[in-house]
Amino acid sequence: MTVSMAQLRDKYLRHDKKFPHVWCPGCGIGIVLGSLIRAIDRLDLAKDDIVLASGIGCSGRLPVYVDLNTVHTTHGRALTFATGVKLARPELTVITVMGDGDATAIGGNHFIHAARRNLDLTAIIINNQIYGMTGGQYSPATPYGAYATTAGYGHVEHAFSIAELAVAAGASFVARGTVYHAAQLDGLIKKAVEKTGFSVVEVMSNCHVQFGRRNGMPDPVSMLNWFKDRAVPVGTAADLSPGELDGKFSIGVLADVDKPNFHEEYRKIQERAGAFRET
Amino acid sequence: MKNAKGPVRLLQGNEAMVEGALMAGCRFFAGYPITPASEISELMSQRLPALGGTFIQMEDEIASMGAVVGASLAGVKAMTATSGPGFSLMQENIGFAAMTEVPCVVVDVMRGGMSTGLPTSPGQGDVMQARWGTHGDHPVIVLAASSVRDSFTITIQAFNLAEKYRVPVILLSDEIVAHTRESLVLPSVHEVEVVNRIKPTSPPDWYKPYEDNSRGVPPMAAFGDGYRHHVTGLVHDTHGFPTERPDEVKAFINRQFRKITHGAAEIQMTRRLLLDDAEVAVVAYGSVSRAVHRAVLRARENGIKAGLLQLITLFPFPKKAVDAVLRQCRSVLVPELNIGQISREVKRVNLTAKVVKYNRIDGLGITPDEIYGELMKL
Repeated sequence: MTVSMAQLRDKYLRHDKKFPHVWCPGCGIGIVLGSLIRAIDRLDLAKDDIVLASGIGCSGRLPVYVDLNTVHTTHGRALTFATGVKLARPELTVITVMGDGDATAIGGNHFIHAARRNLDLTAIIINNQIYGMTGGQYSPATPYGAYATTAGYGHVEHAFSIAELAVAAGASFVARGTVYHAAQLDGLIKKAVEKTGFSVVEVMSNCHVQFGRRNGMPDPVSMLNWFKDRAVPVGTAADLSPGELDGKFSIGVLADVDKPNFHEEYRKIQERAGAFRET
Repeated sequence: MKNAKGPVRLLQGNEAMVEGALMAGCRFFAGYPITPASEISELMSQRLPALGGTFIQMEDEIASMGAVVGASLAGVKAMTATSGPGFSLMQENIGFAAMTEVPCVVVDVMRGGMSTGLPTSPGQGDVMQARWGTHGDHPVIVLAASSVRDSFTITIQAFNLAEKYRVPVILLSDEIVAHTRESLVLPSVHEVEVVNRIKPTSPPDWYKPYEDNSRGVPPMAAFGDGYRHHVTGLVHDTHGFPTERPDEVKAFINRQFRKITHGAAEIQMTRRLLLDDAEVAVVAYGSVSRAVHRAVLRARENGIKAGLLQLITLFPFPKKAVDAVLRQCRSVLVPELNIGQISREVKRVNLTAKVVKYNRIDGLGITPDEIYGELMKL
């Protein structure tokens, strides 16, 4: 059954929160929010049973608009709070939303350890390749040679491939999508939330104001076209040479493995130690 | 609780803190290894699973503190334990806990020195960090344990105060208290007063998570209780949504301090020894107060009218109790394992009183003999 956008809006957005939102016109984060809401709706989860945690930055403002249990934590630390929530109340579905700087610079350590630990959390990383809220400084995802307010002569560092980093760190489910491929993104987020274990969805998103403007793409459409031209489906990417993949990125599911997750394993420890025993 | 009849246990301070925490209802612990606090993590990892609780060793102290706040947001009493270097890393999320009024207990087993310092030596250099370590004006309660018995009872009080006032409570121990073994009779759980946070009873649609009331402490719903609400480190209105309206900001910040001021009589705990007729007194806390105790008894044997005011609560600073001593005694000694962090607070209470510092910062504890010698000079 198709649910209309108005129905989703009425069901999932907070009416008592004073709009407008903080994002610039045309920002990709709104598309990610739409995908997240559609994914949650398709999963038929009760709103009371979902916790949405974020860090700091433009992405960090996302939860305040959504009618769930929401927490806007400190910079880079969303996964640490999410870890506490999930372990305290494992029956809750816990989703984090982070930015690229949030998740892989200041929160990089928490990110790789959350992946290694394999607690049942979902991490949505909105990668706009820049620190948007603070004014366009380079992030760990800013491409080599790109311009930023702290890289006026061109960026000399190399970017993380965030999804690949998550695979290497041991996440159970890893996918990459873009805000151009919104229909696909709905499905990727749904799969990630459904998956038991640590799941990551990296979303390439446009910050035309702080990134695009300094890199020849000053409007949303040129940035969406950039994603369209550079995204290669995972299956196709496998057949391409490194040279052919230069400057491109794969989209789709990069990893989907089953392995013991922290909560289930810890539950066994509790049982062995004598918890839940009738006395 | 004083006449508890149970088996006598030989415990170190760190172990007694675990027993106290579990009896207070702590069911979540996140930590990172550090000397001289690691035994707390180790024992928690052994004890919590059987109680249906959770222990997790995080990737650092920042993460530990985040996980503790997360667990408490989900309704479970939570604690972490560390020492100076880790305490520095925790400050960010201690501020978040204060801002969002999330009850939690943070143990700092103080060691010597700044930076990596003296990892296996005692110190009391984190006192001001415990009060002001995280940025911005914020409410916090700081308690100090001086013995194995204290480590048990004050840990319970730390949880009770955290739950009652919705604040992070910093529980200071030090290397001497942490590793000294003493006998302790553990009471049964029925003999101990355990306070739990007040939950909302209103319909969820009416719930305002940060609405003021007479105590200044709003009821707290846990995630998953059906009271969907927003929690943020930004200054927020009564609904929990970010605000920059000066009137709302002012009301919010003022309430944070009012709730502590209202509870001051209960929060500010001190212990008086032979003070009723004292002419000279010592104000001390933590392991140092143990040495003072003996020195005061010896001074009394030698005809000196000495007394001890032991501070259990360091912040909010127990001004009234200190002021009474300052008014009564001709001089007051404040011995500390730092360069004089609490002596300045004592002095601030009454600028005309004679307050004498005695400090060690060489990694050694202060002995009864040293205190006795200083008492002779007063």
